[in-house]
Order: sequence, then C-alpha cells, then structure tokens
Amino acid sequence: MSFLTLTHLEKTFGQNRVVKDFSLDIDRGEFISLLGPSGCGKTTVLRMIAGFEQPTAGGITIDGKDVTALAANSRNIGMMFQAYALFPNMTVADNVAFGLKVKGAPKAEREARVAEMLALIGLADLGGRYPFQLSGGQQQRVALARALAPRPSVLLLDEPLSALDAKVRVSLRNQIRQIQQDLGITTIFVTHDQEEAMSISDRIVVMNGGVADQVGAPFEIYNRPTTKFVANFVGTLNTFEVEVADAASGRVMLAGQGLTLPNAPLAARTGEKLSVALRPEALRLGRLPDAEALLTAQVTDVHFMGSVIRVKADLAGAAVSLDTFNRPDTPPPVVGSAVEVSLSGRDFILLQA
Amino acid sequence: MAKPVILSQHLPLRWLGVLPFFAFAFLFLILPTLYIVIGAFRTPQGGFTFDNIIGLNTPTILNAYWLSIKISFWSALLGCVIGFAMAAAITVGNTAKGLRNPLMTFSGVASNFAGVPLAFAFIATVGPAGIITLYLRTEFGINLRAYGWNLLSAWGLIVTYLFFQIPLMILIITPALDGLKREWREAAAILGATGPQYWRMIGFPILLPSILGTMALLFANAFGAVATAIALTGPQLNIAPILLFSQIRGDVLGNPNLGYALAFGMIVITGLANAVYIWLRARSERWLK
Amino acid sequence: MSRIFAWGALLTGITFFLLPLYGMTDFSLRMRRGVYSLDAYRAVLADPQFQATFGYSVIMALFTIAFGILLVVPTAYWVRLKMPELRPVVEFITLLPLVIPAIVIVFGYIRLYNTSSWLPLTGSAMGTNILLMFGYATLALPYMYRAVDTGLRTIDVGTLTEAAQSLGAGWGTILSRIILPNVLGAVLSGAFLTFAIVIGEFTMAALLNRPAFGPYMQILGANRAYEPSALAVIAFAITWACMGLIQLVTRFSKHERAKA
Ligand SMILES: Nc1ncnc2c1ncn2[C@@H]1O[C@H](COP(=O)(O)OP(=O)(O)OP(=O)(O)O)[C@@H](O)[C@H]1O
Ligand SMILES: [Mg+2]
Repeated sequence: MSFLTLTHLEKTFGQNRVVKDFSLDIDRGEFISLLGPSGCGKTTVLRMIAGFEQPTAGGITIDGKDVTALAANSRNIGMMFQAYALFPNMTVADNVAFGLKVKGAPKAEREARVAEMLALIGLADLGGRYPFQLSGGQQQRVALARALAPRPSVLLLDEPLSALDAKVRVSLRNQIRQIQQDLGITTIFVTHDQEEAMSISDRIVVMNGGVADQVGAPFEIYNRPTTKFVANFVGTLNTFEVEVADAASGRVMLAGQGLTLPNAPLAARTGEKLSVALRPEALRLGRLPDAEALLTAQVTDVHFMGSVIRVKADLAGAAVSLDTFNRPDTPPPVVGSAVEVSLSGRDFILLQA
Repeated sequence: MAKPVILSQHLPLRWLGVLPFFAFAFLFLILPTLYIVIGAFRTPQGGFTFDNIIGLNTPTILNAYWLSIKISFWSALLGCVIGFAMAAAITVGNTAKGLRNPLMTFSGVASNFAGVPLAFAFIATVGPAGIITLYLRTEFGINLRAYGWNLLSAWGLIVTYLFFQIPLMILIITPALDGLKREWREAAAILGATGPQYWRMIGFPILLPSILGTMALLFANAFGAVATAIALTGPQLNIAPILLFSQIRGDVLGNPNLGYALAFGMIVITGLANAVYIWLRARSERWLK
Repeated sequence: MSRIFAWGALLTGITFFLLPLYGMTDFSLRMRRGVYSLDAYRAVLADPQFQATFGYSVIMALFTIAFGILLVVPTAYWVRLKMPELRPVVEFITLLPLVIPAIVIVFGYIRLYNTSSWLPLTGSAMGTNILLMFGYATLALPYMYRAVDTGLRTIDVGTLTEAAQSLGAGWGTILSRIILPNVLGAVLSGAFLTFAIVIGEFTMAALLNRPAFGPYMQILGANRAYEPSALAVIAFAITWACMGLIQLVTRFSKHERAKA
C-alpha cells in the first residue's frame, strides 16, 4: 500500500490543459524526482499536492487519507521553493520555529527543535542572523530546516537548487539526499536537470507536456527509455538506421556488420529500416574481445573532460559521440585519425516514435 | 573628436556642467533656508543668541506648534490607516483588482489637488451652508453642528487634509504591497499558518517600516501646508504655518527674529519627520534587497 | 470576512472622495435660485481679475517649465555621464524642497532678496516675477528631477553620447537633438506636474504679492458664495487634465520605445 497516491490528476488553466491523467504511487520514505523540460507541468503537480492549486479532476491521498479538498495549511507538508522564500523579517531561528509556533508548540519544545534542525543542516551558529545576511546556499539550507521542523509527512522541493552556483548545488543536493535518508521522509523533487535527478532519486518521473512519459529507477530510465522523448531528454544519444535481417531473432545489419538486438522478435519486418540508438559509453574505442561488431570511425573532435574523454566521430555515415575513460598511459585519439570502435547489439535502444 | 575627451579630463571643466544647478540650488534653496536658520540664532544687531529660540516659549506659539502637530499627526494616521486598507483591497487577494487602475489614476490627481480649491470643495459640501449639511438638516433634521462638527476647526482641517493624504498613502504603499511575495504567503500556509497568522507575523511586520515611513512623510506634508488652512479658516486658526504666514505679512509677533525661530522650528519638525521616513525606508529595503 | 472588509474600506474611501467632488459641482450650479445654471461659471470667466490672474499663472507655469527643463535635463545628463559620484548629493538636494516647507523658503527669499540686499529682486515687479519663478522651479524640482532621471535610466547615455561625438556633434547638439528627444516623455511628465503645481500655488505668490491665480481664488473665496465652487471645479479639471496627459505621454513613450 503506497504512502502518497495521485490518481488521474488533471489541471486546466482556462483552455490550457497543463497536467493530463497523471497517476503515481509513492512509497513511504521514497525519493521521487519529477524531471522534464520547462513548462511541462512539474510545478503544477507539486502545487496540487501542496494544496496551492485545486485539481480539475482526480484525487490525492496521503497515508490513506484523501486530502484533495484539504486546505494547504492543514496538510502537514513541508516545501522548499526555488527562491528560498525565507521570511525576511525573522531571524533564522524564528524562520525555523515558525511552523511549530503557528501550531502552538511550547517555547521550550520549539527551541530544542530549532537547535536540532540547525545542527542537522550545519548552521548551528547562525540562528540569530537575518536571511539577508546569508548566502544563497545558506538560505536554502535554512529553508530546508524550516520545512522539516514541524515533522511533515511529505517533503516537496521545487527546483531548490537552480538559483545556486554549481559547487554549492552539488554539495547541497547530496546533503538533501543524506538528510532525506536519515529521516526516511517521503520526498518529491522537481528539477529539469537530469544529472541532478539521476544522482539522488530512488525513482524518476519523466514528464512531457503534462503527461508522465516514464516512471522508473535512474538506471532503468537511462538504459531502457521507453519513448523517444525520454531517450533524448535523458543523457546523450547516438541514433542509427539499421536494416532488419531477421525479425524473429532480432538480427539487424549496420554498415555490413551483423548485430543482434535485445528485443527480439522485432515488430518490424525483415528488410525494413529501423531507428536505433546507443549511449556514448556503449561505443568503445579499440578492439574488444566481447564486442559483437567492429567498425572504423573518423575522429572529428576530442573533448578532454578529466576522467572522461568525449570523442566525436563519423561512424557508418552518422555523427556520433563516444565516451572513454582517461588513462595516463594512453594518449587520447587525434582529430582526423581513424579509430576502431567496438559495439554490441545488446546495448542498442529501440526507439518508439 | 578627441577634444571632448581631453576637455573632460580637466577637473574644472567637468564641474562646469553641474555649476548652474549648484548655483541655483545654493541661491534659491539652501541660502534662504540657511538665512532663516542663522537668523533664528541672531540678535537684531547681529550677535549670537538663544533668546529667539527661548522666545518661542509663549502660550500662543507653543499652542500653534502643538495644534499643528496634532492636526498633522491625526491626518497622517488616518490617511495611513484608510489608505492602507484601500491599497490592500486593490492588491492583495482577488477582491477588487479591476478598481486598481482607476483608483491609482484618481490618487495621482487627488494627491495633487490641494490648496485653495480643495478647501472650496469641502466648504461647498460639509461647510456651514454645504450641500450635505443642508441636506441632512432639511431631510432628516440632523444638525451637524449640534453633533460637534465644524469644518472651520482643527478636525475640519484634518478631514480636509485626508483628501490628499489618503491618495498619497495609496500611491506609496501599493508598490510595497506588490512587493509581498506570493511564496511568503504560500510558505506560511504550508507550514500551517492561517491567513490572519500570516498577516500578523509576516505580511504586516514586513510592511511596517514602509507604513510608518509613509506616515512620517504624510505628517511633514500636512505640517507645511498653508493654503488649504488659510482658505478654510482664514487667519484665525492658530497653527504654526498660519502664524508664520501672518508674521511674514505683518510681524504679528512684534519681533522679526522670533519669526526666524518660528520658521526654524518648522524646519526641525519636518526635518525630523523626513529623517524618520528615510531611516525606516532604508530599513525595509535592507530586508527586501 | 476579509472580502467584506476590503469592499467596506473601498466603498468608504470612494464615498469620501466623491462627496466633495459632488458637493462642489452641485454647489457651483446653484447660483440662480431654484434651478441649476452655469451662472457661477459665467461670472467667474467674465471677471477681468480671473482672466488676468489665470493668464499670469499660466505664463509663470510656462516659464517655470522652460527654466526647469533647462536646469534639470543638462544636470541629470551630466551627472549620469560624467559625475556619477555626485548623484547622492544632487538627489539629496532635489529632495530638500519636500522637507523644507514652501513658506519657509519664501520667507528666506523675502529677507534675502529685498530692496536693501545685494540682489534686490523684490525691488521691481519683474524682479519679483523672476524670484517667484525660481521659487516655483524649486517646488517642482523633486518631481522634475525624478522624472528626467528615470527617463535617462532607460537609455544608454554613454553610448548615445559617444555615437554623437564620433559624428562630430557638440554638447548643445547632443543635448537638444539626442538626449532631449529620448527623454521627451519623462520631461513632459515633469512639465505637466509642474503646471499642476504652479497654476494653483498660493503661499509663495501671496507672500511675494504677485497677482497669481492662487491668491485670487483665496480672496474670492472670502467674499463670494458660489464662484469659489466653480473655481474648484475648474482647478480640479486642470489637475485631472495634467495627470491624464502624464499618463498619456508615459504610455506613448513606452509604446515608442517598444517599437524602436
Ligand atoms: N496560474 C496559472 N495560470 C495559467 N497558466 C499557468 C499557471 N501556472 C502555470 N501555468 C501554465 O502551465 C504550464 C506548466 O507550468 P509549470 O509551472 O507547471 O511548468 P514547469 O514544468 O514547472 O516549468 P519550469 O521548469 O519552467 O518551472 C505552463 O505552460 C504555464 O504557463
Ligand atoms: Mg516550475
């Protein structure tokens, strides 16, 4: 029995259907990310859960209780906003204590909880400061403490990291994940940054045009995208046209080489063309013993990115990207040279339209 | 082409561009004010003295200041409260958004409709022979006068001043109300706060410096107003600007230097009110930067 | 609950604003017993004193506007372009007329520029007119400066100036042909506000003994019954027209900028 359930949520603004038939079951303590391009309705879903927007249709239950018609201030949810939204007239401690104060908790309890929360986010000394005296990262951590202080049953985060610079973003997201796991709090995290979603989520919901395209663990979403949109939106993709040699066994031909696709039998008929894709890391430089096929590619560009080297090349008439690990004893390929590339049919992703 | 660049590196020529402004401001703003301030501390023979300031300590002058302060304070306070309520009604919530533009435009007009014609409008309406006064008397037998209403009095002046004080408040506080972020309200709600709790603990405290600052501005605005008071009550009402007006015209105090002191006192009071305004404003901007 | 409160506040406020406007209009139409008539307006407009003082104030307003533009536009431009470090000082000075009551300023004028002083402006009618015009320019300074400075903020003063200089333009040309047209909307806003302030101004004109519209209205108010209301309606109409024109030019110059 799941903890937070969204059933057939719909939201229309005027003529504009922003969220369409959105259903999702979330387990207790799970960390879910809503991932998708700008304007796909992520915030709207979150705001319906929070109670800021009333769904046009559908229902929301939390811990078995239907909250669809409940006002935001009686849902016991914690939320972090993109723009921090700390109360500027209150100190950090007063901000964190706010939720307990409006619930009428006694002073001693509030103070203890504030101390505990500030210690949790590592800002124990800053309780007396005002928000304008803090950096963006500090403000957002205070916002996290404020959201968690009243022990909410669900934590909602709407792109809480997008206003921060890159370094702070990574460290804070790890901190959020750590705290979330320690407290075991059910969390929904909205982002349009796929790397962010991959690195901290138990499951990811990829949204497109108000619809949940695919729901799954990061590994699954990345390696087994079910729609073209998901495959393209998550990670880099190399696409090829292949010719079906034997639909029943999944055998196809690419540049004269035979490959066996994993999803046999294929829906396409023998002799037809098929669109397939490969992740950059599935194309491997050099001659590898376990590879199904070996092709030659012309190197057009080399990006040294540290531990990874991204090589752009022409392969079987397609421009591809391939990733290889840096090794101190092997110099990277030279632009203009020909390299051997190993690949296997089992790594191919079959794209539905 | 290079000429202006070379020219501009010469300090004196660079200053030439602002010279007319500073000359004007010095001659027609700062020097006259200084003259009054210095005059307040001088004997008729030109020596330094505190006698003029001490000389303000007469019942007439003290009463004039006191009545001025009372009138300015009440018109500022009421202007703030009513103006705030109206501004809140057209900004926060979904009550009367459609009235926003007409009301803002009207406020621009009304806040500049002061002085003599404003007094006329009130005399025609609630003066001794005003439309409303007569209407209430003939139709309902209500004699406003018997209820203590007299337009040609301190309270009459306060009510009249409200006609420009309320619009001024609306013009200044509406942007501050717009500055209340939706997220604050939502963050408060999701943390369990009710609407009144949000206003008491967040919305109102955030606006308070702006409100008090604007009140100081309204106070100074009413304190220096001469025309409306004179047109309404003639020279009878004993308030500081009217007393000064009579003093300039005919030395009613019988001592020119006492006139300087009277004017100096007015500068001090409006100056203080404005200092409060600037200080509170800086404070609220610091929070909201 | 809060809705009722909001509507209550609005209705109370609007009633308070409309009553005097209704009162003065109604009163101004009652000069003839028993019927509404425009007699009060006729009497006012036919009064030679009205024509003289109104004309005087209009002319004073126009001179004040011209002087204000000549004083404020080059200053604001120069401060933005060459002397940004002076901005706080200039801004502070332009706000002083809001702090120092007009009656105090004119008191200073009377003592400082009297017949026995080094600059005896009050010695002649023309001198006093000029002094009054300076006084009006002082009163209008906060509004004029703010309007022009806001206008200058929306254009790139530095680039425009360099472009004009590279084409060989001198300062006069730059100011009149480049800067002024670009801040025309702002300048006009300041001008209309100045007009609204000057046309009914009472204190300075009365104490300097000039035959302006404000003192005329006050004297008329002390001696007549219906004409003052007609004057109030006229004055309100003028204020409204000035504010309307400001809105119009603001909207128009925004529109122009959007097109550019
Ligand atoms: N209150 C509203 N009224 C009308 N349309 C709205 C409203 N809120 C959102 N929308 C529209 O709904 C769509 C989805 O908005 P939403 O904010 O949920 O997108 P998002 O996925 O969060 O995008 P982003 O990544 O840019 O934050 C957008 O097209 C937006 O314009
Ligand atoms: Mg969003």
